[in-house]
Amino acid sequence: MSQIETFYEVMRRQGITRRSFLKYCSLTASALGLGPSFVPQIAHAMETKPRTPVIWVNGLECTCCSESFIRGAHPLARDVVLSMISLDYCHVLMAAAGHAAEAAMEEAMEQHHGNYILAVEGNPPLNEDRMFCIVGGKPFVEQLRRAAEGAKAIIAWGACASYGCVQAAKRNPTQATPVHKVITDKPIIKIPGCPPIAEVMTGVITYMLTVDRLPELDRQGRPAMFYGQRIHDKCYRRPHFDAGQFVEAWDDDNARKGYCLYKMGCKGPTTYNACSTIGWNEGVSFPIQSGHGCIGCSEDGFWDQGSFYNRLTNIKQFGVEANADQVGMAAAGVVSGAVAVHAAISALKRAQKKTQDKVEG
Amino acid sequence: MTVTTPNGFTLDTSGTRVVVDPVTRIEGHMRCEVNVNDQNIITNAVSTGTMWRGLEVILKGRDPRDAWAFTERICGVCTGTHALTSVRAVEDALGITIPENANSIRNIMQLNLQIHDHIVHFYHLHALDWVNPVNALRADPKATSELQQAVSPNHPLSSPGYFRDVQNRLKAFVESGQLGIFKNGYWDNPAYLLPPAADLMATTHYLEALDLQKEIVKIHTIFGGKNPHPNWLVGGVPCPINVHSTGAVGAINMERLNHVSSIIDKCIAFNRNVYLPDVVAIGGFYKNWLYGGGLSGRSVLAYGDIPENANDFRAANLRLPRGAIINGNLNEVQDVDVRDPGQVQEFVDHSWYQYAEPGKGLHPWDGETSPRFELGPNAKGSRTNIENIDEAAKYSWIKAPRWKGHAMEVGPLARYVVGYASGHEDIRNQVEGLLRTMNLPVSALFSTLGRTAARALESEYCGRLQKHFFDKLVANIRNGDESTANVAKWDPSTWPKEAKGVGMTEAPRGALGHWIRIKDGRIENYQCVVPTTWNGSPRDAAGNIGAFEAALMNTKVERPEEPVEILRTLHSFDPCLACSTHVMSPDGQELARVKVR
Repeated sequence: MSQIETFYEVMRRQGITRRSFLKYCSLTASALGLGPSFVPQIAHAMETKPRTPVIWVNGLECTCCSESFIRGAHPLARDVVLSMISLDYCHVLMAAAGHAAEAAMEEAMEQHHGNYILAVEGNPPLNEDRMFCIVGGKPFVEQLRRAAEGAKAIIAWGACASYGCVQAAKRNPTQATPVHKVITDKPIIKIPGCPPIAEVMTGVITYMLTVDRLPELDRQGRPAMFYGQRIHDKCYRRPHFDAGQFVEAWDDDNARKGYCLYKMGCKGPTTYNACSTIGWNEGVSFPIQSGHGCIGCSEDGFWDQGSFYNRLTNIKQFGVEANADQVGMAAAGVVSGAVAVHAAISALKRAQKKTQDKVEG
Repeated sequence: MTVTTPNGFTLDTSGTRVVVDPVTRIEGHMRCEVNVNDQNIITNAVSTGTMWRGLEVILKGRDPRDAWAFTERICGVCTGTHALTSVRAVEDALGITIPENANSIRNIMQLNLQIHDHIVHFYHLHALDWVNPVNALRADPKATSELQQAVSPNHPLSSPGYFRDVQNRLKAFVESGQLGIFKNGYWDNPAYLLPPAADLMATTHYLEALDLQKEIVKIHTIFGGKNPHPNWLVGGVPCPINVHSTGAVGAINMERLNHVSSIIDKCIAFNRNVYLPDVVAIGGFYKNWLYGGGLSGRSVLAYGDIPENANDFRAANLRLPRGAIINGNLNEVQDVDVRDPGQVQEFVDHSWYQYAEPGKGLHPWDGETSPRFELGPNAKGSRTNIENIDEAAKYSWIKAPRWKGHAMEVGPLARYVVGYASGHEDIRNQVEGLLRTMNLPVSALFSTLGRTAARALESEYCGRLQKHFFDKLVANIRNGDESTANVAKWDPSTWPKEAKGVGMTEAPRGALGHWIRIKDGRIENYQCVVPTTWNGSPRDAAGNIGAFEAALMNTKVERPEEPVEILRTLHSFDPCLACSTHVMSPDGQELARVKVR
């Protein structure tokens, strides 16, 4: 096996100057929210580490995670694929097919045993002799297990791999099963969302490459850096929630004024994700900004929590006794202040499903 | 050993069996098996869908207003198109009309998807069947620059230095020994015909398109909040318009409209300066490789899409054409009625499902599904380790939809054949212009390359349409109409006790229909018949082969162990397997469960 070049060497050989490289490191640091003191650490890591091999497998899914991944703006998808990682198996992008594709995967697993990241998009179905998803004539779950054996860590992309997502919604006819229930002896980082935000996906990979450790995970296995806070906590429409200003019907005057979508079923108050901070597609917008409530796509079982347009119940606003309707009627006259806000947060916390236990940042 | 199918293909199962599994650079999971004779000509082709997710089973009993979100997750590549089809089906069932602005915004989003999907397909899923990036290392960047300026004088990125930079980057990548996604490609195969200069140009555009595609989708982000999987709404669109007054930052305002407009211009420029010239340039080197016509010259189907005026789905109001052609009779474009129980029917004789009445075809409103995975007696290997499929028995998770009993091809080429045959002015002009430029007869259209070219032409046409509907949206706003949603029937208490409806679109991959039955405010039955169900269909009871299978027939494969020709033709359909394998069980019975691990 030829000696593997470091990330920095590859960048240099691709005509990237030292100056640009350092700029890149500082951009990476800020993208990860790490602050300028991390820049030298990132630069050092990139100067000394080879491109990390990544094996990316697909089970039952819709490929929205792959699509989201290539939407990455910082870093660009082309830079991720050409310079940051070595995407040694990737069903959606790889040139080879059939035996040649399988051979590429075998070789990567052997050559980089114990050192590659396994990225899983989708999940394995276990019904019908596990043959609801077939790869190379065999059940997908066999490919998954085999690839997991030599993996350093596993990234569960999206709601499918993390929780099961839509095919695991009630009735789950194929018995679609999230990765952590099939692979139990490897660290698994869940990056939920349908799909996850592109920069969250690349941000997690970059973090692992540069800081050389797994990101801090919450009790559900999600990186705290991106899933530590609710959409609601950082929503730019939050002042309207607090002021009792709500959209009452689609396209009403309040909708046009950008009032809070809580009464239209927005799940922002119970959804942990970075949509309201990082935004989608280079921060152009996110669901609430474009007028539709959050559907909670990064939460476990979000398909089975009733209609997306049902208002969350038990979400109190100011003080535990008032709900949004009462506040809406009384409007601005209601008490506010730190104590009331704290009470509201406490109420929100109670509204969380118990599985969704999350440490406050 | 040989048998002729009712749709006119002679199958011979002697010779060597070649298996391609997984078929990569597609959405989802599929397997392909072919027989080749001693001259390496394909004499039998078998296409197997190897996944099933059962989404429609899951939809039963849900709120119809939520269905768009579930069905949108059928596919993240053609993201949005299932959602649009779904809201149309619900609106059709409940008699909901939408405002003109909502129609324009939906059209812009759907056209935006067509353009995005077509560009990503051509450069990232299909190009490596024709373009050899390793060969690009041998190019003289000056020659590439000259080629670029010759085929596309208006594209600004064309200097020798630019191509040298890309080449250096590629060189470093290849020399690093970590070939990543290019590993184990068939780079020595004689089927690759481009000179190095063209390989470098096309590989460069692979990267340019990768950068551009993330810009294109921002139109979805503006109107739908994110991409993939933007948000939709029964009764209109969720984004309000407010260009005049307070709070405009939370709505579609002038800044948002300007952003949309600038993206539309970028799409138009890329289609004209890069995508179409590339197809002409690359296609020019493969002019003699006119395999892969399959059903395209015989049986094609399009539902039509992009209503000029809101709420009118009659063929005359649609900017993408509707119609069906059978038996190769281009002189007669038949009308399509998806409500007619005799037109669209699905069969499962060779699919891993069973019907109460075997051999019967069922209209989607009356569809039934009971999964049943079983291999035929002549399959090789075992139930969980398939070596060879037995196509005489059940062999796919894809059902076999038929139009009046005919296997049909759907997709860009089908739309363009229907449009061409029915005298659609824009389509006719585009097709004739392209054939003239390439000095090819009309018959060349019916091929793998024709399919690939039709997609590029359509991307260009959709770019213009996108601008048309943007202008229409702005004009309507200027005239004082800011309405984007009709909420008169939002409340389920306003609905009839029972209702049924159908929604249709032209997804990037072809004709897409959702059929819904609503009872007591809940989904009683939901059925999708999607483009890759048509194209990837297995045989039916009568023995007709599907569009993938037909297109592979009689193709010469230079090296059967490196099946680049098979990939070319399969990829020319842009298969989407997650889409193709969705069926509804009317009784929604829970299937047998097994233990985890």
